[in-house]
Amino acid sequence: MVQATAVSTASADTSDLKARFLTAFRWMLLARVVEEKLAALYRGGKITGGVFLGKGQEALSVATAMALRKGDVFAPLIRDQAGRLAFGETLLDCTRTYMGSRLGPMRGRDGNVHRGRPKEGLMAMISHLGAMLPVVAGTLLARRFRGVEGTVGAVNLGDGATSTGAFHEGLNLAAVEKLPLVLVVANNQYAYSTPTSRQFACEDLVDKAVGYGVAGHSVDGTNLEACLDVLDRAVTAARTGGGPQLVIASLLRLVGHGEHDDAGYVDPALRKSPLGADCLELAEQRLLHENWTTSSALHEMQQDAQRQVEEAVATTLREPLPDPDTEDWCPLATRHLCEGGYSPT
Amino acid sequence: MITYLEAIREAQAKALADDPRVYIYGQDVGQFGGAFKATKGLAKEYPGRVLDAPISEDAIIGSAIGAAIEGMRPIIEMQFADFSTVGFNQIVNQAATLHWRTQIPCPITIRLPSGGTAGAGPFHSQSMEALYAHYPGLVVMTPATVEDAYSMLLEAVAIDDPVIFCEHKYLYYHLKAEKLPTEAVPTGKARIARQGRDATIVTYSAMLHESLACAEELASEGWEIEVIDLRTIKPLDTDTVLASVARTGRLLAVGEAWPWGGVTAEVIARVATEGFALLDAPPMRLNAKDTPVPFHPNLWGTHRPTAKTIAVALRRLLSA
Repeated sequence: MVQATAVSTASADTSDLKARFLTAFRWMLLARVVEEKLAALYRGGKITGGVFLGKGQEALSVATAMALRKGDVFAPLIRDQAGRLAFGETLLDCTRTYMGSRLGPMRGRDGNVHRGRPKEGLMAMISHLGAMLPVVAGTLLARRFRGVEGTVGAVNLGDGATSTGAFHEGLNLAAVEKLPLVLVVANNQYAYSTPTSRQFACEDLVDKAVGYGVAGHSVDGTNLEACLDVLDRAVTAARTGGGPQLVIASLLRLVGHGEHDDAGYVDPALRKSPLGADCLELAEQRLLHENWTTSSALHEMQQDAQRQVEEAVATTLREPLPDPDTEDWCPLATRHLCEGGYSPT
Repeated sequence: MITYLEAIREAQAKALADDPRVYIYGQDVGQFGGAFKATKGLAKEYPGRVLDAPISEDAIIGSAIGAAIEGMRPIIEMQFADFSTVGFNQIVNQAATLHWRTQIPCPITIRLPSGGTAGAGPFHSQSMEALYAHYPGLVVMTPATVEDAYSMLLEAVAIDDPVIFCEHKYLYYHLKAEKLPTEAVPTGKARIARQGRDATIVTYSAMLHESLACAEELASEGWEIEVIDLRTIKPLDTDTVLASVARTGRLLAVGEAWPWGGVTAEVIARVATEGFALLDAPPMRLNAKDTPVPFHPNLWGTHRPTAKTIAVALRRLLSA
């Protein structure tokens, strides 16, 4: 097991850490701001369907994406707004998908967090948990067939997904093929309302790594520096031939499963425990404590994030919605094999 | 002579030879050559491109989808069609929706060794085609001849969509042809396997041969039965079916799958809604019995339609 230590002493490391920390913080902040806006739009009836927020998981999410490079594959889950932004997804892809713009990547055919650009390495998740793990394994198998080297695939899941067959099958397959895959599990203590005590019986999810024959890493998901450090090491290990890496992050989901859920089932003691800390607040305190930024600079960052979000929402609100009359109702790429919406009337 | 099974093997060999994007993945498909030897020798001929998979149907299909996103054209062998239920989620929710959701094609071929054989029992005998045809985004092929097994499998690999390729195990060894075809009927087109004027049997896969045997028997009594081989059940060539019913006025749909809501029900629904006036008698259908597929040959032989039971149904239809 590799435990998170995240101790840097050399000044070059410190300077590097400061730059990465600041970059990460900006993405986390932007994610938090856009998600707060989404929640407001949802409450105002401007979003149809669910809204799923990543509050409390931004540090882990952004660290995963920042450890990746252009050309890598990333399969985010429902609480990965920060990671999506850091991986290169635009705010417009987010607002357009949530608000159903015809110009978004999903064109109203799927909504909210079910979005991506697979050709750019950003997988579009389906709702079935664990299902993206074998898919990412397949992208890496394909790269091996094609002789593409040095790329990594990262899959983000939660504690609930560890109970699925797809998790088991996918991780085992990746291990058998020694694929450069990093599986990041955000153990946020609840799968919807189900606590981990009803989800798994092992003492620590990272112990599963041994069973699958992959490397295991544990990290404090509330600590941005630790997340950056552990994810960087895990991704580097995968990239350099170390095979699959299982990263287990401990944290608490600070919102409901979706905005429809008040999360009244969360144990108050957990909220008060270190797990219940807000990674964004901790990161902000760290920035000020280290003198890596100033209060006024933070204020400007916040305003800049708000401006970007308002602009994306305003743009999206002006855009056309899906039109059932001009919609292409053929589900196949091979058009002549479509049954033409065959529906006897 | 070449068997149906050998045609499947040869089609895969040709696909591997012609297109570097093709690879084969499935349980025991490598050095062993597959449970039925459909990939015999291919691992040796195409090193690194015919891979043994763990017993993980979900991950096998899921990985094929990921590889397809990256531009590969995987051929997946499910050891038995029955086991595809474990990979069902990836097939119907991921593969079938990928192009519709993201505009990225999903060119994967999933070979399902399908249908009953004597002694195979409830979990090695199933006909899954209706389940997959129900889901938008999939093409479902059910080849009944050696020629179609070969040319349709090549077409399946070439198509930019997920194809469920239902190859019938009962036909593997005893169905033979002189040689492999050089031309093929286009995908999505049914074939008139036998011409007639008194009634139409619409069928597919192994039931084609039971139907043809029945038609032959009735020919000795002077009946001329038209037999249509659907070839693909999705898309379903409604035009060819309707044109035949227009000639004969009588329809019997025959399938080896279970009766509830399957291919035969779809054929009858389409003819009843679009060609009701063409019918001289109520359409009929014949399917397997609505129980799991039994193990013992005595039971199995009665569970599925045969030339004999098709003839009973046809005589009723002809006298109606």
